[in-house]
Amino acid sequence: MAAADVSAALITAPVPLSDWLVALPLAIPVLAGAVLVLLRQQLKQPIIVAVAALLAMLVTDIALLARVLQQGPVVMYMGAWKPPFGIVFAADVFGTSLATLATFIALLATIYSAADVTWAERRFGFYPFLMLLMAGVTGAFLTGDIFNLYVWFEVLLISSTGLLLVGSKKPQIDGALKYGLLNLLATTLFLVATAYLYGVLGTLNMADIALKVRAAPADTPLVTIAVLYLVAFGMKAAAFPLNFWLPASYHAPGAGVSALFAAILTKVGIYALIKTEVLLLGPVSAHFAPVIAAVAGATMLTGALGALAQSELRRLFGWLVINGIGSMLMGLAIGGEAGLTAGIFYALHSMVTMAALYFCGGLVEALAGTDRLTQLGGVQKRAPLLGAVLLILSLAVAGLPPFSGFWPKVLLVKAGISAGSGGLVLVLLASSLVTTIAMGRVYLFAVWRDAPDAAAQTGANGPRSPGASVLLPTLVLTVLVVAIGLYPMPVHELAARSAAGLLNADAYSHAVLGGAP
Amino acid sequence: MMGTVIFRTLSPLISALTLMLAVFVTLRGHNDPGGGFIGGLIAASAFALLGLSHGVPAVRQALRFHPMSYAGFGLLLAVCAGLLPIFTGRSFFTALWTFPQVLGVEIALSTPMFFDIGVFFVVSGAMTSIALSLEQRGGGV
Repeated sequence: MAAADVSAALITAPVPLSDWLVALPLAIPVLAGAVLVLLRQQLKQPIIVAVAALLAMLVTDIALLARVLQQGPVVMYMGAWKPPFGIVFAADVFGTSLATLATFIALLATIYSAADVTWAERRFGFYPFLMLLMAGVTGAFLTGDIFNLYVWFEVLLISSTGLLLVGSKKPQIDGALKYGLLNLLATTLFLVATAYLYGVLGTLNMADIALKVRAAPADTPLVTIAVLYLVAFGMKAAAFPLNFWLPASYHAPGAGVSALFAAILTKVGIYALIKTEVLLLGPVSAHFAPVIAAVAGATMLTGALGALAQSELRRLFGWLVINGIGSMLMGLAIGGEAGLTAGIFYALHSMVTMAALYFCGGLVEALAGTDRLTQLGGVQKRAPLLGAVLLILSLAVAGLPPFSGFWPKVLLVKAGISAGSGGLVLVLLASSLVTTIAMGRVYLFAVWRDAPDAAAQTGANGPRSPGASVLLPTLVLTVLVVAIGLYPMPVHELAARSAAGLLNADAYSHAVLGGAP
Repeated sequence: MMGTVIFRTLSPLISALTLMLAVFVTLRGHNDPGGGFIGGLIAASAFALLGLSHGVPAVRQALRFHPMSYAGFGLLLAVCAGLLPIFTGRSFFTALWTFPQVLGVEIALSTPMFFDIGVFFVVSGAMTSIALSLEQRGGGV
């Protein structure tokens, strides 16, 4: 049987070793996960493998980011099949910055949860799930193929549901059910939208989609597809009115895992949303910008009001995540380079701050033995450093200077005013005020006042003084929050380059499709 | 029902045949219908059958390692097959082929084959793990 000549469809030029930077951040966690599953009874300290893998990922991510900043998108054609038929990995500034930051936070979260993870949780695969989660996150941020993005979303969903369930406590099962079902619905919607897109344009390669959308005849039903993506990714990102799964599930696992979820998972949704609505379907999504604006405003307000109404610490933080998603959506709604820069800056800030806040919340809960605001108290007396950290993070979340939340909000206000969306700016400022009050309430109850009797009793039973492995990640992130606030230029540069890359679809398509026909 | 003499006598034979079929289906999968996924499912059904007739502990003992360890091994094998092209200056997951002559017979070895064998282990390991723990818990099926 003569084999068909397939060489015409293959890339035959040798691939420089540096291009492997795109594939390695993905291969490393999968390899580490495989080793962790294979040797789960032999390994006494599986965390060492996990931390080593995350460090290796971080190094490759940083090297990749340096290369992307220098020479534009780095592309690898998987299996050497030429685009638009093969699956392409295309690292641009936007995806690579988010992947790098996500890996950094995952490293800290792993160290943070080391003391928390029980033997049973290890037995049921905490670390393999963590590795799989990071593979999914990295894959989603680096892929250049929309169906492949769907696959990474599935990987993310499976591994995050696994992480939610590890331990099998009742609130975890309750949270995982809500999380799993609603996210499954979102990924199914994503799949439907992608099938529709493929039916209309006949391609799944993002660069090729960007080109074909811009050349498509006017009667192509692209608005339908763009709105389907908006609903699917909006659900993933917990945008109003599809946000209720988030506060119902994020408090269920240990503080380290909820920090990881709050920092990363919704941002993958925002990333996918911005990438499809700007880079791929940019000319189309301008038609329903008012819808995005309304969603953004409603998300900001519900997030802030929800935080004000909550009385459990980590559920309250969940609403703050939603509030941040609203601000990022506002950047998308304003659009243009200024709006997107502000939105992406906000995403980077939010990843760091929310992770730090969940870390800090975990410490406060461990100290007081409760997560109810009504029973918390006395942190200032027992752990003044923790009180100071919580104050800094509260101000950062509310967007007050001189912390990291201030600059993206300034940029958002500026972009909003110059784009003539004064209403959104008003909502942003109002929601910031409500957030300030909500966080002031947390600070007042948890830190400032003396511990109420009930809490003092439970605290006396078993006050756990935090160890270095828990304190250090919290402090590192808090220092980062202050540093970004005092010296925002590098982060602004990353956000601005990301936005410029998203708006220049031609350059992206050219870099990815290159010399291919 | 499950403990009848006929079933207990025949099930090792059927399991052995099923495992051979699984290997056959996996290896023919490159150009013909089959492949690691289907092969893995067939292999898992063989172990599940043996678990019904001879009890789960017997199957676990016969497997020597925990089924999930097989799945981890398969994942390792599949990714390593994808990483091999790094040494020849090609992309991730590029297919590499070699045709050595063994005793005058040409044998086609390739990275996709090792990837497929990896998939076989992932699927058979994971499905066997699920099936055995269900059988252990459920008592009568």
